[in-house]
Amino acid sequence: MTKLTNLTISEALKGLENKDFTAVELTQAHIDVMAQHKGLNAFITETPELALEQAKSSDKRRSERNAGALDGIPLAIKDLFCTNNVQTTAASRILDGFIPKYESTVTQKLFDDGIVMLGKTNLDEFAMGSSNTTSYYGNVINPWKRNNDDTELTPGGSSGGSAAAVAAQLCMGATGTDTGGSIRQPAAFCGISGIKPTYGRCSRWGTIAFASSLDQAGTFARNVKDSALLLQSMAGYDAKDSTSANKVVPDFAAALTGDIKGKVIGIPKEYRIDGTPKEIIDLWEKGIEWLKAAGAEIIEVSLPHTKYALATYYVIAPAEASSNLARYDGVKFGYRADEGNLTDMYELTRAQGFGEEVKRRIMIGTYALSSGYYDAYYIKAQKVRRLISQDFMNVFEKCDALLTPTAPSAAFAIGENEDDPIKMYLNDVFTVPASLAGLPAMSVPAGLDKQGLPLGLHIIGKPWDEETVLKVSGVIEDSAQFKNTPKIIKKD
Amino acid sequence: MSLDKKSVKKVASLARIRMNDDELELISPKLANIIGFIEQLAEVNTDNVEPLANVVDITPDLRADIVNDGNCEDKVLANAPEETQGYFVVPNAIEEKK
Repeated sequence: MTKLTNLTISEALKGLENKDFTAVELTQAHIDVMAQHKGLNAFITETPELALEQAKSSDKRRSERNAGALDGIPLAIKDLFCTNNVQTTAASRILDGFIPKYESTVTQKLFDDGIVMLGKTNLDEFAMGSSNTTSYYGNVINPWKRNNDDTELTPGGSSGGSAAAVAAQLCMGATGTDTGGSIRQPAAFCGISGIKPTYGRCSRWGTIAFASSLDQAGTFARNVKDSALLLQSMAGYDAKDSTSANKVVPDFAAALTGDIKGKVIGIPKEYRIDGTPKEIIDLWEKGIEWLKAAGAEIIEVSLPHTKYALATYYVIAPAEASSNLARYDGVKFGYRADEGNLTDMYELTRAQGFGEEVKRRIMIGTYALSSGYYDAYYIKAQKVRRLISQDFMNVFEKCDALLTPTAPSAAFAIGENEDDPIKMYLNDVFTVPASLAGLPAMSVPAGLDKQGLPLGLHIIGKPWDEETVLKVSGVIEDSAQFKNTPKIIKKD
Repeated sequence: MSLDKKSVKKVASLARIRMNDDELELISPKLANIIGFIEQLAEVNTDNVEPLANVVDITPDLRADIVNDGNCEDKVLANAPEETQGYFVVPNAIEEKK
């Protein structure tokens, strides 16, 4: 029999329903694998006892014919979602000892559908990073390795723990959040699927804020269908988030028909960036051929303000972060440096509680919002953001979705790109524009590079049209037949 | 762009992050580098372009002004560093009259 941890979510749901195995057995199988791969440092907090308790209740519900849509499926939760009575850290020292007394809307919805939580996954501190090397709880290690080379690679970031956990089969799927690429880039680096829905599709309530106008929850899974099932559970209106959309959530899995005949797919010419490795360009070309073969029409389109997206993002995201993170002052909860007068206490709490990258971004944001610079940086960036968003709206009059690479490289070594923040920021060059425009976008694994590392293709859709994003991603998945897994995975 | 050590010190103080001289020395060139990078926005023509604050066209609903939770003092105080008689006990965060 196939190992339980090798199953997809939809296979596991069938197995549970057919009584091939119980939720407790399925959960225990994942807990065992988690114990074997602690070296990946994918989790900040593991919750095996809670998971087994939840699995037991799930088995009971199923025996009473009362099972939810994801009943008994063991998932990992990014440690940016507040979870009732389970420590929530945002990978920051400043939230030391914080145990929420409430549940984020996204995790509540998953629990309402019966999921089992295996633990809280590691991430870049406050989701700020592209390599999962800024966590107070240490680096996450990518389960993938280069051919004949033992160098430890980054899983990408910020949702690096979630991506590594899904790729290494420590869990069947995971939640993530994406502000500028924090789901899609790690999904590409770890050879799995990751979708960020339209801004407003999932409630942000109870998700620790980084940049509120950009943050959006999404999913990691080992195929497109599982991604659709998870997103189905997480999405939907929530009165507790004023930016949550009061729109009907379509049946995402039903969109996976494989039929893209007559769909028009745009190829943005500005994404042909100098210095992108040939293998990535070649894979992009292959993607174009796959979609053509499936009956789509391919057109070249222009998004003229693309080259300004990163600069725009690195004003807006830090500005919002500096404002959001002002609440961490050591007074009412979390870490406190108890010394000196009030100003000393504030300044030392924040100096000791935040890591370097977070401090850098708070300071960039503070500078961009400070008097004399507000118009030149912040308002200017918001204006360019409108132009970037309009670029997308213009091309979506002619096409249904866009196809691009997900990231400009495969997973890099831990420690690489650390010297120069701009070099690190360039990782998000293909993902940031869709974030600025609030668009749904997905990364699907599409091939290996010559070092044996996975590469992803990136599908961007119209606002609220996750269905086309999933449908096109499904066609890429079927064509690519990407079946590779990291070597550490045992098949039987 | 002038983001020298002195201006960085001011920004650190506005952000309430204590930094000693060595740290200021270390972070200043990195911040200047990032600010230099974002200054390319100046070359974009944004005449008659309205700033975009929210990407989705959603007008937030107003909810009825009624109490919808409460009676959860224990939960509110659960993460307090110290509490007494239903109150947070915190350092004096209101400056005294001089």
